[in-house]
Parts: sequence; C-alpha cells; structure tokens
Amino acid sequence: MHPVSVRVDNLTKRFSETVALDDITFHVGKGELFGFIGPDGAGKTTLFRILTTLLLPDRGTCTVEGCDVVKDYKRIRNMSGYMPGRFSLYQDLTVEENLNFFATIFGTTVHENYDLIKDIYQQIEPFKDRKAGKLSGGMKQKLALSCALIHKPEILFLDEPTTGVDAVSRLEFWEMLKRLKEAGITILVSTPYMDEASLCDRVALMQNGRIMSISTPLEVIRNYPLTLYSVKAGDIYQLLGELRNYPGVHSVYAFGQSAHVAFKGPANQADLAAWLKAKNHQSVEITPIEANIEDCFMELMTA
Amino acid sequence: MTDPENIIIVKDLVKSFGSFTANDHLTFSVRRGEIFGFLGANGAGKTTTIKILCGLSYPTSGELSVAGFDIYTQREKVKRNIGYMSQRFSLYDDLTVFENIRFYGGIYGLSRKEIDARSKSLMERLGFENSRNKLIRDIPLGWKQKLAFSVAILHNPKIVFLDEPTGGVDPITRRQFWDMIYEAAHRGITVFVTTHYMDEAEYCDRVSIMVDGRIAAMDTPDNLKLQFGAPSMNDVFIKLARG
Repeated sequence: MHPVSVRVDNLTKRFSETVALDDITFHVGKGELFGFIGPDGAGKTTLFRILTTLLLPDRGTCTVEGCDVVKDYKRIRNMSGYMPGRFSLYQDLTVEENLNFFATIFGTTVHENYDLIKDIYQQIEPFKDRKAGKLSGGMKQKLALSCALIHKPEILFLDEPTTGVDAVSRLEFWEMLKRLKEAGITILVSTPYMDEASLCDRVALMQNGRIMSISTPLEVIRNYPLTLYSVKAGDIYQLLGELRNYPGVHSVYAFGQSAHVAFKGPANQADLAAWLKAKNHQSVEITPIEANIEDCFMELMTA
Repeated sequence: MTDPENIIIVKDLVKSFGSFTANDHLTFSVRRGEIFGFLGANGAGKTTTIKILCGLSYPTSGELSVAGFDIYTQREKVKRNIGYMSQRFSLYDDLTVFENIRFYGGIYGLSRKEIDARSKSLMERLGFENSRNKLIRDIPLGWKQKLAFSVAILHNPKIVFLDEPTGGVDPITRRQFWDMIYEAAHRGITVFVTTHYMDEAEYCDRVSIMVDGRIAAMDTPDNLKLQFGAPSMNDVFIKLARG
C-alpha cells in the first residue's frame, strides 16, 4: 500500500439549508493522479476549498500529508499548489509579473524552480509582457498552472482546470499533468468532462455532495451492471421516444446520432430489430457495446 | 439574396480588427430546421461570426442574409427573427422565473395576454408550475438552462443561436436539454450552436470547424469521422486544430 497523501474521513459541509458535502470519505495515495468527476453542485469546489484550508469543515477530519486542515493550515498552504476554478491571477499584471508575484509570496524565485515549470512556461513565454487578462483561455490555464507550481509544491489541487477551453488545450493540459505526476507530485483534479476520467489513476464520481463510486476508470466500466446496445436508425428523435416504450428496457440515452439502450439482463437483438422495423424504422443497426464513463455515471445517478 | 432552402447564407465574410483578420472569407449556409454546430478552438473567430449573424456587429465585407433579411440594411428585422442564449448571460438572477419570461416577452413585443398564455404552457412543459415566483438565483443550473432556452424561443424565432449553452450540468440534464433542441428543430426552428463539448457535436445535423479564422471542414459528423479516419468528433477536432 502506498503512503497516503490526502485522508478525508466523514467530511460534511453545509451552507444553511444546502448540504454541499454529505459525509464523504476517501484517501489519495502519494503520487496519485486522482479525479473528481461531476457536474456543478456536486461539491467539488467546496471539497477543494476545505483541503486548501480556505473553508472550515463542519464535521469529519481531513489531512494533507499528515497535516490537519484546521490546526496545521499554514504548513498545508506552503506545500500545496492550488488552481481555483475561476481564473485567479491578476488580470492587470503581465504574465511575467504574475509569476514573479507568486514566487515572491512563497519566498522563492522563478529562477530557483524554473525546471519544474519550464515545459509549461515556455509555451507562454513569447507573451510574457502581455497582461494576463488579455490571454486566450488555453494560455490563461498554462499561466495559472505555472503560478501554482512555482513554489515546488508536493501536492496540486486543480479545480476544473479544463472547463471552457477547447479540445486541443484540454489534451495538452492532461499531457502536462502526466509529466507532473512523473515528477512525483500528487494531483487532485476536478472536471465536469466525463471523458477525462480515463486519464486519472482513480476517480471519484460525485453528485449532490456525495461520492457515488471510487475506483480506477477501468473498474468503473467493469462494474456497470447492465447489458448495453448501441442502436442507430434514420431519425434519432423518433427513435429515442419509441425505444423508451420497448418492453423490458431499463434506460435509453442519446449519444449523438445513436441511442444507448440498456437492459437488466441479456436482450434479444433480433426481437428489438423486428420491433423497430414494425415501427417503420429503416436501416436499423444494433451493436452490443461496452459502457463508457458517462453510461456508468448516469446509471449510478438513477440507481 | 434569399433562398427558400437556406435560412442563413454567408458569402465571403471578412471581419478585420486592424491588421488582424478574425473571419477570413467564410462561406457557408444553414438549412431551415437544421441543427448546425459551429465549432472551433478558443480564439478561432466563432464569437465574431455570431455577433455579425445576430446583427450586433458589421462585417468588413461579404454578403450575408439571416432569416431572409440583409445583415447590412435590415438589422432590426434580423434581431426580431432570432433568439439568443448563452451560458454566461441569459436570465436575470434577481428577477423571478415569471418576471424573466414577462421581460423577454415584452422585449419581443408580445401582448400581455400572449405572454400569460405562453408562460403558462412553458411552465407546464418544464414542470415549473410551483417555481413561478422563485428567483432565478435560487433554481438549479439545469433548470436555468432549460428556462433560458425556452425564453430564447418564446417569440417563435426562425433561428436560435446557442453560444455554449450546456456547460456544467450532469449528463442526464444535458440530454434533456438536447431533447428540447430536437423538439424545437422538429417545429422548424433552425438551431445554430457552439460548444466545447465535442460529444455534443455528434448531435448536430452538420458541423463546421473553424481554425484561425477559416472554415477548415464542414459536413455531417458521420462524414467528417469517415473523412478524417477518426473514431469521434473529438479526434476530428484535434486533428484539424492541431494541424
């Protein structure tokens, strides 16, 4: 068993009526890349704010590298890098000024830890005199990560770093995370993008302040309890409506131009094809498929 | 420049800001009732195009017709015949559900009677009957998005522009939202949508992908995947945008 980096036991946090985190428990190993996957309101940001000592828990215990988030908050702040969900840098300072500022408040210099950020910072260095507020989404994200890394943290908290950036920037960002993981940094990252789950060592699927499941991305898929088919036919809109009335069907969800249809046990493909043909659907294609993370997430949500 | 088939016609659109060309000779058209995905990397020039199509900004050059009206000389008519929704701004947080509906209905010139009738059926359809007097800031994000979309098509526009409409909601709510988009398209409303979720591009009838101010590819999702030998729209996008 790897040494534990983050230990959260029975953590609860309320904001008046709303239960933002409802008795959650998980442990993250040292050097692990751990993902929190879930929509807005799942509790991801509240969790990160507690772990970075910016919010107090109501109940439960949380430690980061053995330090308690309440008693040892100063030590945690020195050893962690945090990238909040909202762009948190000074918009009216330049790229270089932002980086120097963050190095200075942590009592270090850009020069001292340049090796760690080199790969990332070099991509934005041509724009070092530009004001941070004038950068594109992908560049802002790289600058924010550089600033979070400049004091050589042991652990990184990245709250929705890829929200609102395009698919290419997302891909590049995950490539950077992989290299940081190889450098031994523990990384906790949250995202609403289900497809990013497969890039993590383990993931916690979250919804409404609860963790629905914690496992490796592969296990999430292996634990999917249903038999799943992809169904394609001419008009997806009509197809979806009709499939929901098919006897014995458990769930029907659109995935682009095809429908994912789930049954509790094995289903007879020929029967389904004949049924759809009788409903005047032309060129029906039915293929047994493996679930993806989104299928699993939706099943857990409704289970 | 009208055409019974095409509700948006863009020929040789150029938009420059000083020496920077944000839209570099764009030519495309969108069919009536189509769900058209308008994709591109951050900074590719999508927002510039949408602003022009909505009559909020003049092109530098090019011919454009939107909902049958000329974008240079009939901008007010264009605005009356389109709806617009974006993730960042759509509804007023400090107004109630009904006040928002009444406000937008009023802006689009609906009578009080029409507003009452349409808001009643809208709230029934969404299951919001008990939330009529709730402030927008107090309702969940998924509800806000559904309401924002319903309000954007309250005046039965010919086209609705959706600028990154569905970020941040769970996958089931996202699908319910797309059900509403399909329904609107079936009623004949043309849907022009931008999104960073490449899996959502798969729901569109056709998509265009912009790279550095130009349209680098435009076709059905199936054809694009075939053309680029890619298993998903995400891979198509990365191949194109990474060059």
